[in-house]
Amino acid sequence: MIVDLAIVAVKAFLVLFMVLNLAGVLGWVERKGSALIQDRIGANRASIFGFAGMGLVNTLIADPLKFLTKEDFIPAAGDKLLHTLAPCMALFPALVTFAVIPFGDVLILGDRVINLQVANLNIGILYVFAMGSLGVYGIVIGAWASNNKFSLLGGVRGSAQMISYEVAMGLSVMGILMAYSTLDLQEIARDQGMLIRELLPARLGFLQPVMGWLPAWGVFLQPLGFLLFFTAAVAETKRIPFDLPEGESELVAGYHVEYSGGKFLMFFAGEFAEVVTVAGLVTTLFFGGWQVPYLMRDGFHFPWGSIWLLPHLAVVLLQVAAFTVKVLFFCWLQILLRWSVPRFRYDQVMRLGWKMMLPLALLNVAVTAVIIVAAQ
Amino acid sequence: MVPLNYYLILSAIVFAIGVVGVLIRRNLIVVLMSIELMLNAVNLTFIAFARHLGSMAGQVAVFFVMAVAAAEAVIGLAIIISVFRQSRTLDPQNMQLLKW
Amino acid sequence: MNAATAIFFVLAGLLVIASLMVVFLRRVVHCAIALVTALLLIAILFISLQAPMVGVLQVMVYAGAIMVLFLFVIMFLNPGALEQPSIAWWGLAVILSGLLGAFLVPLLSHYEASDNPVTSTELFGSPDVLAKSLFGEFVLPFEIASVLLLVAIIGAVVLGKREHGSDGAA
Repeated sequence: MIVDLAIVAVKAFLVLFMVLNLAGVLGWVERKGSALIQDRIGANRASIFGFAGMGLVNTLIADPLKFLTKEDFIPAAGDKLLHTLAPCMALFPALVTFAVIPFGDVLILGDRVINLQVANLNIGILYVFAMGSLGVYGIVIGAWASNNKFSLLGGVRGSAQMISYEVAMGLSVMGILMAYSTLDLQEIARDQGMLIRELLPARLGFLQPVMGWLPAWGVFLQPLGFLLFFTAAVAETKRIPFDLPEGESELVAGYHVEYSGGKFLMFFAGEFAEVVTVAGLVTTLFFGGWQVPYLMRDGFHFPWGSIWLLPHLAVVLLQVAAFTVKVLFFCWLQILLRWSVPRFRYDQVMRLGWKMMLPLALLNVAVTAVIIVAAQ
Repeated sequence: MVPLNYYLILSAIVFAIGVVGVLIRRNLIVVLMSIELMLNAVNLTFIAFARHLGSMAGQVAVFFVMAVAAAEAVIGLAIIISVFRQSRTLDPQNMQLLKW
Repeated sequence: MNAATAIFFVLAGLLVIASLMVVFLRRVVHCAIALVTALLLIAILFISLQAPMVGVLQVMVYAGAIMVLFLFVIMFLNPGALEQPSIAWWGLAVILSGLLGAFLVPLLSHYEASDNPVTSTELFGSPDVLAKSLFGEFVLPFEIASVLLLVAIIGAVVLGKREHGSDGAA
């Protein structure tokens, strides 16, 4: 009993540690990466004994120190309790969502089988959406507590955008849920290890020559779903091109204009934690999660027949490494997207969410349903 | 395994607190929120019974109560907005036009 | 007192405190936040009562959407003046509700906690079983609920429209 609790605690600590660290590193990648994209040098002034480490010292040591030691300023007419509570409400869902994302298959230590996922819920993906809907509160309360018109405007825009894209996000995942017939994220990741020919029934055998060697990753089964989900998730986390609620050139800083110091750091870290979470979700749902193509629990089983057996620890390490590489790729993709695409106008954002993505998601669900029923 | 009584007593207490809210608060929005509190107390009762009788009907009932509560909250808030536009106040004491 | 009962008492205590905060706090936004807390605590109680699907729906729908709607309306209407409490009415209402509570509590304590409730499989309360009930036995109420939601949407849109010639708020 105690050992079970200890194992869960270790997993939770590891995941939290990884997410927070990655959020910090992503801050550096964003600053240095954006500098490279924009053909400038970026932050490189802070240095320890002359070692500036390509801006690492600046972003990872000097900036957090600066944030944490700044004066905590609450606007005079603002709501003191809510002003302090809002950043916590923004950071909490971003960190907690990663609990259901599996970062590996199973780790067998002696006779103990450890599922490499912090919480194995049978409602898996719904938990993610529930935490996503809680994320709206940080924005709404933060905007309200600042007693500032620009802040309120940014907050109202932001929350309206978030609740609109929650709908699109949920519907775009429906196709995946129908394809793998489960809500549990670990099951979805496991099901993506099969080759498509094992997942599809025999009636669609005419696709065999093409599908005989592709693993049944979500992106091959639901390409439209992947595009819709990725767009909706980027809009949900209010990254550019959907960052009108924090529009720097229009609303000063939107809903976090009155926040400085540690509270702003919490908003900031929350946003990067959400980037990591979105990357984790996209890899788990659409890109096989921790799956390496053709890697089963005991080794590689290539479709042309050859088998390459591997010890268990090597398999686990390969799977965790694959997961990490995929998550890093999608984090990098979101950062690249931020510095390449201009910002949407607010009515364009709303129109995209309701008039374009919702019908497309419904169409996706309908077509998936027709294919599943026709293939039986 | 927590006994059923505890859940029922808890939901009775929350229900009574909701009734207090409806009776004494002079702000329409808080009255609506107290009604939601009462609905949630009843939901808790349903779920507790569903578990103790092993029947899914309780959980289905909660599902429908949630749907109805959503519809009711939406309409209630729309009415509150209309009333506010007319009389610029949210105090139910000021809406006594039909009183004789 | 085992761990489950201890956790229940903690949750119950917090829930009662949150409900009292909903009713007795002066500022409406604080009441709304207290209600969100109460809803989240109730969702945790649901999950502990083997209703994970309903619990997570409670968070998604109730705490995540309905309460956001409440907060929007509060922010738009911005009720400024705090209301004047009237001691006599408050006292009477608290006494009446205390009577209601005192009536309900002994009534509900009569339930004999069956020592072995109907053994529920691990699937009880899971999405599968809930979906089978919803689309099997209760499909008619399900469809009626969807019509109800449609009616509510239409009603809210109509009620929220601004009349011609009124100096509408917000």
